[in-house]
Formats: sequence, C-alpha cells, structure tokens
Amino acid sequence: MARISLKNVRKSYGATHVIKGVDIEIEDGEFCVFVGPSGCGKSTLLRMIAGLEDITSGELRIGETLVNDLPPKDRGVAMVFQSYAIFPHMTVCENVAFGLTIAGASKEEKEAKVAEAARILQMEHLLDRRPSQLSGGQRQRVAIGRAIVRKPQVFLFDEPLSNLDAALRMDMRMEIGRLHQQLGASMIYVTHDQVEAMTLADKIVVLKDGQVMQIGAPMDLYHDPANLFVAGFLGAPSMNFVKVTVQGVNGNKVLVSNAALDPVEVSGKRGPFKVGDQAILGLRPQYLSVAEGAGRLHGSVALTERLGSETVVEVTLKDGSPLIAALSHDAVFDIGSQMNLEFDPAQAHLFPEDGTATSSRH
Amino acid sequence: MAMISADNRGLRLATRYAVLVLIALIFIFPLVFMVMSSLKPDQQLLQDSGSLRAFLPVGDISLSNYFAAFQRAPVGTFVFNSVLVTGVTVVLSLLVCSAAAFAFVFVGWKGRDVLLSILLATLILPFETIAIPLLMMVAHLPWLGMDGLTWGWLNSYRVQIVPFIADGLTVFLFVQYFKDLPGELIEAARVEGASWFQIYRRIVMPLSGPILATAAILKFLVMYNQYLWPLMVTQAEGYRPVMVGLQYFFQLNVAWGEVMAYLSLITVPVLAFYLYLQKAFIASIASTGVKG
Repeated sequence: MARISLKNVRKSYGATHVIKGVDIEIEDGEFCVFVGPSGCGKSTLLRMIAGLEDITSGELRIGETLVNDLPPKDRGVAMVFQSYAIFPHMTVCENVAFGLTIAGASKEEKEAKVAEAARILQMEHLLDRRPSQLSGGQRQRVAIGRAIVRKPQVFLFDEPLSNLDAALRMDMRMEIGRLHQQLGASMIYVTHDQVEAMTLADKIVVLKDGQVMQIGAPMDLYHDPANLFVAGFLGAPSMNFVKVTVQGVNGNKVLVSNAALDPVEVSGKRGPFKVGDQAILGLRPQYLSVAEGAGRLHGSVALTERLGSETVVEVTLKDGSPLIAALSHDAVFDIGSQMNLEFDPAQAHLFPEDGTATSSRH
Repeated sequence: MAMISADNRGLRLATRYAVLVLIALIFIFPLVFMVMSSLKPDQQLLQDSGSLRAFLPVGDISLSNYFAAFQRAPVGTFVFNSVLVTGVTVVLSLLVCSAAAFAFVFVGWKGRDVLLSILLATLILPFETIAIPLLMMVAHLPWLGMDGLTWGWLNSYRVQIVPFIADGLTVFLFVQYFKDLPGELIEAARVEGASWFQIYRRIVMPLSGPILATAAILKFLVMYNQYLWPLMVTQAEGYRPVMVGLQYFFQLNVAWGEVMAYLSLITVPVLAFYLYLQKAFIASIASTGVKG
C-alpha cells in the first residue's frame, strides 16, 4: 500500500501539451477516480503513473520513491485495461499467474495465490478455460484476477467497464467497490462515466484539457463545484446555467435577477462580483420545485418526460432560455402552460460569467 | 419452376467444379508430367510428350532413371546440403528477423523509423546487384573454427547461410504482423513485470503462428531454389546444393528421364515442408484476447 503524489506533472508530444502541470495527492488506501470528457488526458495520466508513458517534467512518487524513470515493473503497480488485455494463448489460470511466473514464483505459491484470487472473484470454475471461451464480464474478472494476485501497492483501472453492457457494468462496479474494501489498496480509476465516479470514489479528480478542474470527495464536488465545468459535468441531468445580472452586493451575499428570475440573494464566494456584472447562476434540476405561490423563476412547459419515480420537465423561461427541472414525483403538465418554479437560494451556485476560474481543493 | 431452379443450381455447381478442376489440372500437370516421365526410358518419354500419354504411367515403366541419376551425380549429398543450408537459414532467419521486427515495433528507440526505412529500401535491390561485392567480402572474411583462424568463407556451409539470415522482406512481414497485435497485451505484460525478452518469447512469439509459417515457407522456397550464389561460392561438390547439382545432368548427352527423376527427388522436401507448415498454419490461427 502506498500514497501517490504528483507534483507539477507535465506531458508533451513535441509542441502539443497533453498534461499541463498536474498536482494530485492520493492517500494510502484511497479510491481515486479521474474523470473528464474524452481527450482530457485522464488515460494519459494513468499511463504515466503506470510507467507506460514518459513524464516530460514534474515529480511522480509512489510511496517515498521517485518513480519518474522507473520501468513499469519496478513501480509496484497493477493495471486493468479497457480491452482486458488477457493473453489469448494462455488459460485463465496461466493468465492470472503470469506476473508470478515472470517473478519466478514456485508452483505451490502460484497455485495458492491463483486459488485465492479465483475465490475472491468467484471464478474457480473458469481456471482451465481459454479467453475465447469467456464472456466479456468473465474476461474482466480474469484481468482483475491478474492484477490482485501480485498484491501490488497500487491498482490502476483504465475505463474497465466501458465494454460491458449496462446491467453487467453495475454488477462489476459494485464488485470493484467491494474489492477495494476487501484489499484496502490504493486504487486509481479512470472513467468518463460520472455514475462510476460518484459511487466508487473516495476522491474525484475532474480533468479538462490536461488540467485539474477540481479535486475532492464526490459530494463536495457535487454540492460545491469550483467552476462551471465541474458544475456542468457532475450530476444528471446536468446543472442549469441561467444568465443573471448582479443587482447588489452585501458582504458575501449577492443579489441577482434576470427577466425570468425575481431578485434572489445567493452566496458570492466564487466572486468577486460587483453591481452590473453579468454572472451565471447554477441550479441543479433536482433542487427545483413547482412553486405553490408566485415562485422565483417563470416560464412555460415545453416538454415533459414521466419516468415514474420522477418527472423531468423542460421549461422555456420568460427570456427564452431553456431550463430543466427534475421533480421527485409523477406529475402531468400541459405543454405551453405557465410554470413558476421555486428553489432554495442556499442550493444555488453563482459563477463569474467567464466561468473558467479553476481551483484545486485537496 | 422448382425443377428448373434445381437444374439451374446443379448446372451452376457443375460449371463451378469444372472450372476449379481445370485450374487444379493446369497446376498439377507439370508435376504429373515430371513424375511420369521419370519412370520412362528417354525414347518413350519423347514419343509420349506429344500426347496425353505423357501424363499416364503407360508403356515401359521402371525406376531405372532414379538409379542412373544416383550414379551420375551425388544426389544424396546435394539434397542433404540443400536441406541443411535451407533448414538452418530458415530457423535463424525467423529468430533474427522476428527479434528485429519486435524491436522496431514495440521498443521505443531513437532512429528506428529511419533504420526501418533503410531496411525496407533494400527490398528493391535485386540480389544480382550485390552478388559481386558480397562475393569479394565473403572471400576475405575471417573464421575461427577447428583449424584456428582462417580467412575466406568460400566452399563452406556458412557462406550459403549467414548472408541470408537477415533480410528486409522477412523483417517487413513480421513488422506488419506485430503492428496488428493489440498493443495492450504488450503493455499488460510490461506492467506485470516481463522483460522485453520475456514479452518476445512468452507473448509475441506464441501469437505469431501464422506469420511464422508464412515467413518460413517464403524463406524456404528462396533458399531451396538458390542457384547463382552457391554456384559462385562453392567449387567443391561436397557443399553444393540441389539446384547447382542440376548442372550435372546437362553435361554431354542429356538424359531427360534422369533429369525428371532428379527433379522428382528434389521436389519431395519442398512438398513435405509445405504440407507440414500448412497444417501448422491452420492450427495456429490465434483467437484474440482483446474484446472485439
């Protein structure tokens, strides 16, 4: 087990900068998820930690050791690939034992450790099979088995569930979570699926264009996003962004409004804001409710989706901009009917208009 | 209607088979002609050659041409030399060229693209252009053997083997095949602690059955059919291969029956090798371990 520390880590291919100075601390035994859109550099960062990509500059430490120039085999890491990467010419047993065979382990030791891994992953009956005889989920188990059998300091997962169908993905997600509790090892997990990130992580690192947008516990990121990108990326349906004008500033409180929004006082901690500024008000669809009185936001119903447990309503605000409300009950609305919405100002997030301010919170 | 369509199907099938049989016959006739002629005395052979009898075992059939061929030339020595030179070259070539291709494809090092381009450029050079410089070189190379240090490689097996171990075409074949292997298999093995050599031996080679068979067949044919080079570098009968041996049958009076007998004999190793590898080729088609 070990902590992993990245200090100002950069990666360039010629003039193209892929990772632009990343600082991350991952504690011993922590489950850390790198999340971000395609091309944000999350997989590259993971491969740099694995030793499969060179580090252009910066420091990468696993435990106390500076591993920048160590080959993958000397880093004490195990990796599970998106394509599973199990060796097609070997049986499941030989695949799982591969690392031990390379390390020169005795036959008894290999048998004992493979049996242990097979028991943990419930695949004892598969050991004599060839990869071509396995389903996608079973192949993924073999890949995980190969990773856990060597008892590495750090586990690296590169989008391990993206090739599985939805039902199996949920099962395997829970299994990986259970595995983390069982093994207590540090794990780094790359995904573009925010559900995986939210459910598995102790710590989420949100990346965009090779830069860290925010680091924190899943709920901290959800409830207190540092910038527009994180706010929009986490949560489904994603956060509504309403353009507003600052009407007044009172200490840390900012009074905002627009044509569809009655003046409301919200926290201005991501400021500074001054009177007359344009700003963005972030409202999670789940925190909007139909007002019993006049409400704060005014528009008309454009579309409704009834999902049984909740109703997703698309509202066209008075100023013409769209807004999504996820109501936690089944409800019927007429298209075009007037709708007034209410929200708790404490749950609203005010961002400067450019929204690009980044912050790293450890 | 049904009858007509059934007839049509039958006719189509018959036509298809007829065409296939015709093509097969075109390919097999020279071989049949060779083997049948080897069993006939020269006079009958020449008489038959204008008719279909040339492809049939009719008339005065015997193995006497084979006995005569063995008397005219050291056939056993020639076949042994060819099989030895070809066998050793094929094995060493597969090892060296696959290792080179492995380094080109999987191991990152400076200048590999340039070097690969230069190597591939050698493909356009016909052997004849380098034959004389190569001859002058091997004539002066040192060798540390049983007799101590000697100079010049002429009249030996090594002079027929060493220059042909590494070649651009075989490296190119392996490079193309390796590029199609899933890179994540190699990366997974690296993370698991395997050295480059272990990855080559335990992962890449076991997955390379089809290309090993293909490269082996191509190399075998080139080596077994060597004529110009062994003619240049071997004067002693004891080191000469089968193709050079063919000369022995065209001195003074040409006995066509003996020529055919000799050709039949030297074709056997080629057919045996091909049939053996064809089986290996089919057996070794690897299923992929990567989701696809």
